[in-house]
Amino acid sequence: MSFLSRAPAPLPLAAPAGDGPGNPWFSWQYVQDNAETIVSKLGFHIGITLETVVIALLVAVPLAVLAYWIRPLTGPILALSGVLYTIPSLALLALLAPLLGATNRATVLIALVLYALLLLIRNALTGLTQVPADVKDAASGMGYGRFGRLWHVELPLALPGIVTGLRLATVSTVALVTIGAIIGQGGLGDLIMGGFWNNFYRAEILTGTVLCVGLALVLDLALVGLGRLLTPWSRRRLS
Amino acid sequence: MSYFHDGLIWLNDPLNWTNPGGLFDRLQEHLVITFWAVLIGCVVGLPLGIWLGHRGRGGGTVITVANLTRAIPTLALLTILPLTPIGFGKLPVILALAVFAVPPLLANAYTGLRSVDPETKEAATGMGLSGGQLLRRVELPLAVPYIASGLRTAVVQVVATATLATFVNGGGLGQIITAGFGLGISRGGAQIVAGGIVVVLLALLAEALFAGVERLVTPRPLRSVRRRRAARPATTG
Repeated sequence: MSFLSRAPAPLPLAAPAGDGPGNPWFSWQYVQDNAETIVSKLGFHIGITLETVVIALLVAVPLAVLAYWIRPLTGPILALSGVLYTIPSLALLALLAPLLGATNRATVLIALVLYALLLLIRNALTGLTQVPADVKDAASGMGYGRFGRLWHVELPLALPGIVTGLRLATVSTVALVTIGAIIGQGGLGDLIMGGFWNNFYRAEILTGTVLCVGLALVLDLALVGLGRLLTPWSRRRLS
Repeated sequence: MSYFHDGLIWLNDPLNWTNPGGLFDRLQEHLVITFWAVLIGCVVGLPLGIWLGHRGRGGGTVITVANLTRAIPTLALLTILPLTPIGFGKLPVILALAVFAVPPLLANAYTGLRSVDPETKEAATGMGLSGGQLLRRVELPLAVPYIASGLRTAVVQVVATATLATFVNGGGLGQIITAGFGLGISRGGAQIVAGGIVVVLLALLAEALFAGVERLVTPRPLRSVRRRRAARPATTG
């Protein structure tokens, strides 16, 4: 009967030390000492987010056009992406990991793309269905074929909807990347979890969190700007 | 699909369900965490949404709050809350999840009260109903379908995110998955997949269950109106 076996409850090895100077919420020293790691994690985070959004967009817009052209497909496409969206992120990673390899970046990437799909498809479809019928009539009257009308008239008019979808998808993707920390592919999530398991090191956790939220806001603002650049007519109408 | 098959074999072993820390234990933890998180979300979100909707003010704030919570990683809240004076245990996990349950409840309650026909409200006021009576007898009954839809979104969201509690040893079904990852793919692969399957089924079950609740509490005439409304944008194009 050792002394240890009588311990009433398993305590964390290093309990967090109050609010004392030992474990501050922010430490400039930490940021300086680990600048290289932080920058590389941030780079990974930005890279995988952009890749996810671009791939998801390339898949979602054709699907939305398909659902728009062939009405009976609208229900199944929305339902399928809805079911994918309901699947908890960790479960999706769990189902993909044995298939693609447990420490594979592609595992996280595919899971993120599947999540972004619903937001993009739904908003692109909303944008497309809101194109006024007389505008489409006029386009057909001017001699546009199906693809010409889509490319020159309907897609540009659906841009506000598509950009809204892009903003939502980007912001939630930035937050979701962190889940990848379970297989060491979480970008800033690796910092958050690393800090937690490293004796609850607050500075590391908060640095990861602040960068993550900041990144989401910056990308969101950038997309707002992009939307304005792409749809100059909507701005003119407002002013 | 052999790995999927391995997962089903793992699920077929009764010991994996009844062992301490097995599926039954984890499922119970999962449901308890979900219940409290949704309850707290309701206590905070619903009165606020109903009040703002009744007043007809604060729409912009509601949308901003809902969008801001999207940018906060769940992991960040789960890891930060235990290090605050709240301390370790179930409470920080429940609070972290409740934060994500509030926006859908708040936004839907607000939308539900705002979408009550102004003429209906005018008629009720003309009949001599006071503000409180208008809220209780007219606005709330008409907003019930929206509130139920918000509850459904919140429950599904919390059931899904409760899986992440495992990142901070908070229990729940996610624990099965992380334990599998801890064993490595070759030995724990079956367990990882099995955990994934159970979590997916639970989320879909919650979705179906609360979709049923939503349908039940929607009065029949409103059901057809909502369906017609939802169908309209699809038929114009």
